Amino acid sequence: MSDEHLHAPTGAYALDALPDDERDAFERHLETCPACAQEVRELTATAARLGVSAATAPPPGMKAAVLAGIDSVRQLPPLVPGGGASAVSPVRRGRALPRLVLAACVAAAVGFGGVAAWQYQRADEASEQARAAQDQADRLTAVLSAPDARTVTGATEGGTRATVVVSRERNSAVFVASGLPKPPAGKTYQLWFDDDGAMRPAGLVSSDGASVMQGGVDGASGVGVTVEPLGGSAEPTTGPLMVMSFPT
Amino acid sequence: MREIAHIGGPQRREPDLAEILGQVAAGDKDSFSTLYDALAGPVFGLVLRVLRDPAQSEEVAQEVMVEVWRSAARYQADRGSVMSWVMTMAHRRAVDRVRSEQAASDREQRSAQREQMPAYDEVSEEVAVRLESEQVRRCLRSLTELQRQAVTLAYYRGYTYREVAASLSAPLGTVKTRLRDGLIRLRDCMGVSA
Repeated sequence: MSDEHLHAPTGAYALDALPDDERDAFERHLETCPACAQEVRELTATAARLGVSAATAPPPGMKAAVLAGIDSVRQLPPLVPGGGASAVSPVRRGRALPRLVLAACVAAAVGFGGVAAWQYQRADEASEQARAAQDQADRLTAVLSAPDARTVTGATEGGTRATVVVSRERNSAVFVASGLPKPPAGKTYQLWFDDDGAMRPAGLVSSDGASVMQGGVDGASGVGVTVEPLGGSAEPTTGPLMVMSFPT
Repeated sequence: MREIAHIGGPQRREPDLAEILGQVAAGDKDSFSTLYDALAGPVFGLVLRVLRDPAQSEEVAQEVMVEVWRSAARYQADRGSVMSWVMTMAHRRAVDRVRSEQAASDREQRSAQREQMPAYDEVSEEVAVRLESEQVRRCLRSLTELQRQAVTLAYYRGYTYREVAASLSAPLGTVKTRLRDGLIRLRDCMGVSA
């Protein structure tokens, strides 16, 4: 009887049929009841089958809307034991980076390390790639953990968001993009240091994630992003997508 | 549409979805496009079944798909299949939408709406006719009348078990129990494991 009582809400729970207060109470109970949790998993999977059987062709414009939508949505890092990564506060311009943000940046950098943001990839040179990725990760960490690290964020009209983390002490900067659309065929994104109006090449970027900018920060006053032919250019051939000034 | 039903049916497609989701978690938009093709039909169909309004359903289905992109790295394979994870998310969102709208209308209006609803036989019938999966249809038929009505009102209408009880004029405890044993019978009939 008491067993029946304990298990009774599994069905209602799997069908999202519990009112909020009862759902919260049952979720607390689930944490201490592996048998209930197993039953909930099975019944949830069963309910999902009811859902799949209702499949209907989605409206034709929906896919384009979703694909455009994800461009401005940052992906969550995986859950890690101990948590904390979800409590990221917004990056504030010109301030020292809060520790949690640093942690999240490093997590993102490591996460993206495997897919590497750089264009110089040759499938037959896996070890060189791995070494390069490690090198990239080390340099990222060096900048992100610098005591004088500062950030500046910018956005394009299309909703791409980017953050540059700069450390004058380490003479290095990291560019982190979110929602960067694929460049047009035959094109790539190129980073530039802005030396008082003169643009100095700072490497290429081909996808979302964090990239260490090539070359020292030196006296640069900011960073720009342009679209260039594959391989990059010696100087910008298009107007900047984004220009960000370093905090002084 | 037949193709969509197949994707959710045989379990052999599932490892593929998990693999694709892994690539999505790494930021691969081409993989997300593939994943979209596999999931959008089931997601939109379920949300539409619950909400009825196509425009609102499209909005919610879009939110669900964007959420799949956003939280791809948080999928835990030991908690169930990718399809199950996504359908659970879709159902919850649809139900949240139903409930927040309900909260906005007052009690009286709600009971008036309830009276205008079609009789439950009609609801179950309508649901059954439109179901594409032969197995799901067959398994739903194997339930008792009360189990079937309770499960379909809760799942496809987004009712709380209290609302189900009111609709069916059945005691709360009975409805809770029927939701559970009805789902258990469906699970066994469909051979679902988790």
